[in-house]
Amino acid sequence: MSEFLPTGIQLSYLIASALFIIGLKQLGSPATARQGNVVGAIGMLIAIVATLLDRQVLNYEMIALGIAIGAGLGAVMAYRVAMTDMPQMVGLLNGFGGAASALVAVGEFWRVTSVMDVVPLSETITIVLSILIGGITLTGSLLAFAKLQELVPGAPITFPFQQPVNLAIVVTFLAGSGMLIANPHDLPVFLTLVVLSLILGFLFVLPIGGADTPVVISLLNSFSGLAASAAGFVLMNNMLIIAGALVGASGIILTELMCRAMNRTLANVLFSAFGSTQTATAGAVADSEDKTVRSIDSEQGAMMLGYARSVVVVPGYGMAVAQAQHAVRELTDQLERLGVEVKYAIHPVAGRMPGHMNVLLAEANVPYTQLYDMDDINPEFERTDVALVIGANDVVNPAARTNQSSPIYGMPILEVDRAQHTIVIKRGMNAGFSGVENELFYKNKTMMLFGSAKDAITQLVAAVKEL
Amino acid sequence: MAEGIIAGLVVFTLASFVGFEVINKIPPTLHTPLMSGSNAISGIAIVGALLVAGDRHWNLSVALGLLGVILATINVVGGFLVTDRMLQMFKKKEVKA
Repeated sequence: MSEFLPTGIQLSYLIASALFIIGLKQLGSPATARQGNVVGAIGMLIAIVATLLDRQVLNYEMIALGIAIGAGLGAVMAYRVAMTDMPQMVGLLNGFGGAASALVAVGEFWRVTSVMDVVPLSETITIVLSILIGGITLTGSLLAFAKLQELVPGAPITFPFQQPVNLAIVVTFLAGSGMLIANPHDLPVFLTLVVLSLILGFLFVLPIGGADTPVVISLLNSFSGLAASAAGFVLMNNMLIIAGALVGASGIILTELMCRAMNRTLANVLFSAFGSTQTATAGAVADSEDKTVRSIDSEQGAMMLGYARSVVVVPGYGMAVAQAQHAVRELTDQLERLGVEVKYAIHPVAGRMPGHMNVLLAEANVPYTQLYDMDDINPEFERTDVALVIGANDVVNPAARTNQSSPIYGMPILEVDRAQHTIVIKRGMNAGFSGVENELFYKNKTMMLFGSAKDAITQLVAAVKEL
Repeated sequence: MAEGIIAGLVVFTLASFVGFEVINKIPPTLHTPLMSGSNAISGIAIVGALLVAGDRHWNLSVALGLLGVILATINVVGGFLVTDRMLQMFKKKEVKA
């Protein structure tokens, strides 16, 4: 009978792991995604209830209080957050997950060193690893959150000798790990390791620019899973190891997808702030001076759109920032009323995290069937009368296809320049996040409609209504 | 203890392969919900935090564990609920279309 409970707990963990796998599988298909999320949540519930039955867990009052506080805060966050702020939300939750894993390792270190005179080598190694990954996930996510929330500038932040400093910290961390393994009871060394891992996470995200945050958020998501796995190694708990590995793998896949969509390697995204892009920008600006830009007002724009047969809308982050997705939906409703065929072209890195633009348009009730992926819509541009680019820049820059010296050369783009006409809604002539001049704006077929996305679209709606 | 680590590594490696296989080929529309959903699963750290916080006698481990429980619960509850909220919007829209 005494064997019954531990076996039951392990079996419950097995069931929970299976439910996580089924849930993730179902999250991958639109028809079953919502059910998959519920399946995952049930798996989590089973894992938590099973753990509460563990003989090691006795402190029920405090745990109930902790869960109540966490659940309350989590629920409020989930219902309050605006869909434009999803990347921040996920970033922050990543950070909390990483912090929880690191806390498990620190707490376990405390327990182990206070009850054991000789700490096993494997215990020390897994604790160090867990604190490293958890610490990096925590501060890295918090900084990514601050950058997205614009509490700190989104531009890459570099300082002299940044890489030597990083290297020095890594070396110090390794040396400290060695010392802790030699003497696990050395508290100052342990605390130094905790602080160093926190600093590392901060320094890791510091030089990464705002445009690359989809990649960073995916990567940190993967880290938060690996942190849970590492905590699983500390406690020798398969549940943590399995769930963490699943999340780690999914985060790596999304990271890889994002990098491919920007035609860059992960190493390039993480370290490119160190002095490669500036020179290319300077060269591109110089030769743009004698080019002319054709500017139109909203009445002319409405005319072009209203009398077109087919319009493809290309939304970018500028649209999301201006919260213009509802106005855009209204515009396309009006156009459809006039018999115009409307489609949306979604670039894989539109928005601030993978698939972000799809969520924003879904929130504005844009029908799922009108959204087209890059590969599906690109062959259609030649048959499109007007491509309407709203707050997107680098992802429609034809230089990616034609100009081998451009920093974004080779990046897959939406080929709006192949449409009969292109209307670009943009606040001014500033270059995109990559700092690259966009030759699309100077083409004969391109009309610029200057203004903030929301104002410009609202005026277009009014003008289209009068057609 | 070393055998425990090896057994753990076996589980970790196999689970990673399962993760790669299960998640490959996800349509871009679902990238954000997938990320927030898997993010909620990484809140599994709550299991570890519960074990660390379980001791009846107050000490630093218990305090750290309880903080871990709070943070991990925010991650779990917030992650699953916000994912559901997003997927609900997709649902509603498909019906309309």
